[in-house]
Amino acid sequence: MSKLKSMIPDGPLEEKWNNHKNSVKLVSPANKNKLDIIVVGTGLSGSAAASTLGELGYNVKSFCFQDSPRRAHSVAAQGGMNAAKNYKNDGDSVYRLFKDIIKGGDYRAREAYVYRAAQVSNQSIDQLVAAGVPFAREYSGYLDNRSFGGVQVSRTFYAKGQTGQQCLLGAYSGLNRQIARGKVTMYTRRDMLDVVIVDGKARGIITRNLVSGEIERHSAHAVVLATGGYSTIYYLSTLAVGSNASAAWAAHRKGAFFANPSFVQIHPTSLPQLNDFQAKLTLMSESLRNDGRIWVPKKKGDTRHPNEIKEDERDYYLERRYPAFGNLVPRDVASRAAKERCDAGYGVGETGLSVYLDFSDSIARHGKETIKSRYENLFEMYQKITGIDPYNEPMRIYPAGHYTMGGLWVDYNLMTTIPGLFAIGESNFSDHGANRLGAGSLMQCAGDGYFILPVTIGNYLADEIKTPRISADISEFREAEQAAREKLQNLMAIKGTQTVNSFHRRLGRIMWDYCGMVKNEEGLKKAMKMLAGLKKEFWSDLRIPGTMDEINQELERAVRVADFFELGQLMCQDALSREESCGAHFREESQTPEGETQRIDSRFSYVSAWEYREKDKKHVLHKEELTFENVEIQERSYK
Amino acid sequence: MSSFINASIGKKFLVSISGLFLISFLAVHLFVNLFLLGGQESYNLIAHFMATDYVISVMEPMLAIGFLLHIIYSSYLTITNQSTRPHKYKIVDQSDTTSWASRNMFVLGGLVLIFLVIHLSNFWFQMQFGEMEYIEYGGVMVQDAYSLVTAKFTIWWQVLLYVAAAGFLGLHLLHGFQSAFLTLGLYNKIWRQRLMVIGILYTIVITAGFSLIPLYFLIAHYTT
Amino acid sequence: MEFNLKIWRQKDARSQGGFIDYNLKGVSGEMSFLEMIDYLNKTLIEGGEEPVAFEHDCREGICGSCSLYINGRPHGPEDLIATCELRMTRFKDGDTIVIEPWRAKSFPVLKDLIVDRYAFDKIMQAGGFISVNTGAAPEANSIPVSKEAADEAYDAAICIGCGACVAACKNSSAMLFVAAKVSQLSLLPQGKAETAKRARAMVEKMDELGFGSCTNTTACETECPKGISMAHIARLNREFLLAGLKS
Repeated sequence: MSKLKSMIPDGPLEEKWNNHKNSVKLVSPANKNKLDIIVVGTGLSGSAAASTLGELGYNVKSFCFQDSPRRAHSVAAQGGMNAAKNYKNDGDSVYRLFKDIIKGGDYRAREAYVYRAAQVSNQSIDQLVAAGVPFAREYSGYLDNRSFGGVQVSRTFYAKGQTGQQCLLGAYSGLNRQIARGKVTMYTRRDMLDVVIVDGKARGIITRNLVSGEIERHSAHAVVLATGGYSTIYYLSTLAVGSNASAAWAAHRKGAFFANPSFVQIHPTSLPQLNDFQAKLTLMSESLRNDGRIWVPKKKGDTRHPNEIKEDERDYYLERRYPAFGNLVPRDVASRAAKERCDAGYGVGETGLSVYLDFSDSIARHGKETIKSRYENLFEMYQKITGIDPYNEPMRIYPAGHYTMGGLWVDYNLMTTIPGLFAIGESNFSDHGANRLGAGSLMQCAGDGYFILPVTIGNYLADEIKTPRISADISEFREAEQAAREKLQNLMAIKGTQTVNSFHRRLGRIMWDYCGMVKNEEGLKKAMKMLAGLKKEFWSDLRIPGTMDEINQELERAVRVADFFELGQLMCQDALSREESCGAHFREESQTPEGETQRIDSRFSYVSAWEYREKDKKHVLHKEELTFENVEIQERSYK
Repeated sequence: MSSFINASIGKKFLVSISGLFLISFLAVHLFVNLFLLGGQESYNLIAHFMATDYVISVMEPMLAIGFLLHIIYSSYLTITNQSTRPHKYKIVDQSDTTSWASRNMFVLGGLVLIFLVIHLSNFWFQMQFGEMEYIEYGGVMVQDAYSLVTAKFTIWWQVLLYVAAAGFLGLHLLHGFQSAFLTLGLYNKIWRQRLMVIGILYTIVITAGFSLIPLYFLIAHYTT
Repeated sequence: MEFNLKIWRQKDARSQGGFIDYNLKGVSGEMSFLEMIDYLNKTLIEGGEEPVAFEHDCREGICGSCSLYINGRPHGPEDLIATCELRMTRFKDGDTIVIEPWRAKSFPVLKDLIVDRYAFDKIMQAGGFISVNTGAAPEANSIPVSKEAADEAYDAAICIGCGACVAACKNSSAMLFVAAKVSQLSLLPQGKAETAKRARAMVEKMDELGFGSCTNTTACETECPKGISMAHIARLNREFLLAGLKS
């Protein structure tokens, strides 16, 4: 029954990737020149893929909705990038990195994928260093590492608090080189509206030129989506406000299965919401937890200034509950613990929805200068936004929607269930299971883009070398273009009274309350009803000023929010079907007596891959069973 | 090399090099002027030396070339820079972010140039082509430049002109001095502060020197 | 709080634009500047008008999208921030705030406060990279880089490409932007080999695209949200001169 062929190669875990590289079909240099590839998205994975494919000789068309490829949201990753270099000689290895990711993902990721991600991580670091990424160095001149949330070795490479920006700019520079060579054609300010399928294969995309409003057709032999995550569905999240699910959702509607949509990581250290018009929640790198201690007052509703609350009046609840890991427990554990304290009435700040992150002990121990050298820009950022000096008084933090482990289902070749359509980086579901380790996102993006996709896409394209250049002037393209135009026209034609943001904010609230950090059956069912109601209201009372034939930012947002309504339903459905807690997915019905996640391996050790069926019909669930042969399945315990 | 000069940085390089050359000329000029304070003979002799020395006579056309390069290339850059923002801002607030001098180098340079024309016609032109008195020192007939200069410095508006020009020049130097080093790449985080201090000190010496000498003669004229 | 906003409105690249006055009541000091405009846009849309188009994305000062020229200064009155990090507490109740797009020949206005900054990407394409193919990189620790050099390279590398330097410069020069990249890559041993070529190519492209030349006013440095130093411009000049001497 399963349509899911994971294509995992045979052989021992350590040899699978090598075996695969040795056995995939190759495309000769002369033939590469005849093949076109579309890459949508220019974040770390998209830029790395587009530049590498261009280098190899393919003709690449690269797309982004921003004005420049350099602005993709990889730019905001702060803390670092993991690699199994073992430069610290602390016992790290590819296997240990693999094990940590599997464990961090709470045994809901595929072994072979994760092992490969860990294997190529070292190459990614080499590549980025060579590209000029100024990673932090020791006085010796060698690369520095730090430890990062949830692991016991120091394997995280970092560039102060702006690692993502630096890695992205490294990949962007490679992309520029290929643009200059003419091997990559760059299309900026384009929103992807649809994938075009010809004879069952992905052969192109439909885009909207965000300046002229023109609906455009672009054809290629293969399409790669590198379109990132979708936690902007919560309206307030740590993502850029432009981040969206629309490209992935368009692919999903055309037949690409969507896997584990409800697996959303809530980041424990974001700035709390300050006002009703807030557009996003600013993330503070969780590397801060290395030196910061998290606490709330022991007394409920204590409104004293934090510096006036004495040591014995403070509840360092993470250290109390998880003595072994303390403040470095994984993100989901830290997030829920904060929510638990705040729900119980111990939260601080005007809203009572925040906890303290305190550096006074570290400053006393290491000196202000050391702490400054580690976190200067994060502290500055905090002070700029809140006006509070974190050197003298604790920060206030609260969890926020952050990374989506869910995404398009892909096989070992990173191909979706649509032949010729690939998904890389955060837009796929592949590596992080039910929760992502800190500094794992850049690792996966660089690995996918630089080293995995360029190999695996060749395996597909080797069979396409006889396919002549795809014409965009065939009925499939015309129909897709027409359908895309109609969708936009329908949105424009509503002519109601409410703004897109007002709907998005309400949608986000529903998702946050019922399909966020903590979920239960009743809430999820309620959310689905509420979503359906709000969606109806959206389609009858939305107001988009202006026209389709110009820059129209309201229209851009409306397209994204319209897709979020459908994705939201699927997230709830997914969460409802998974009657266990695992990783970041917490179902109240499935918890230990201490209130921790309770996995139910006997029933849910699978990937949920959802198939779209026509409008308004329920999605169909396909299960990809997970087997663990190389790690011992453990109850997650951070005590 | 032509691509070097065609590039904006290449042109700026010429402006800086010529600027530094003119800056060093100012020091020599001031040094010579100080002889005015030593009386008629000392000044006339140094003026005579300057007019007849072989090295100086080579430097004279060099100086002219320096001025020309400085004026031509800075004018060219200023004019091209004018076209880079066809639509101007409604409000520009740079009072806290940049120095007035740095924003008005072309105007200051123009004012200094106008002064230079007057200055040259006052003295250089007179000495080259005018009717000059001669005085004999130890058998050598020497132009009486001292009388020519001090006569001008007894006219109040001439002195005012010289003092004002020294002011404009000072503002021009205040930015120009460190700017020249920056353009030549001889500048980093440490030298930035040092160059600023050196530039300010140099500017003070030049401005004070060139304005105090005429003032000295004017005051002397009215008090004796 | 209440503000009188004077905002540049322009339908598209071809149209003439002009300032429109808006009176906005009910602004809270906790709002960021962009949230204030979000709020204005909400009232405009609900009142049947077109919202003000402006660029923004990450809203945490790292993507470089936001680009507003506020009361005569790029990114507003505060130093070392992007527009999205500016808070309304910085203004007084009743203030008049003039909001303009970046102005430069090389950054044409596309609509309202949105300008086209693709010229920056073109400069990068001219040479803002190290020519290393994927897979050709040596072991990361095989080339030690002194901590000082790495830190200084980082200080240049944090450029977010917002264009405030061009917007602030009286000559619309892109020198700080170009210098940041040339300086970063020439400080690192990996990038040294191509320094001369890179410096020449990027400066030529900058000139060609109609950016002005630098007159060292330091406006760019003061307005740069990341505080990138003029010292990098000096390094670019140095590299460019050396490149000239070698050619």
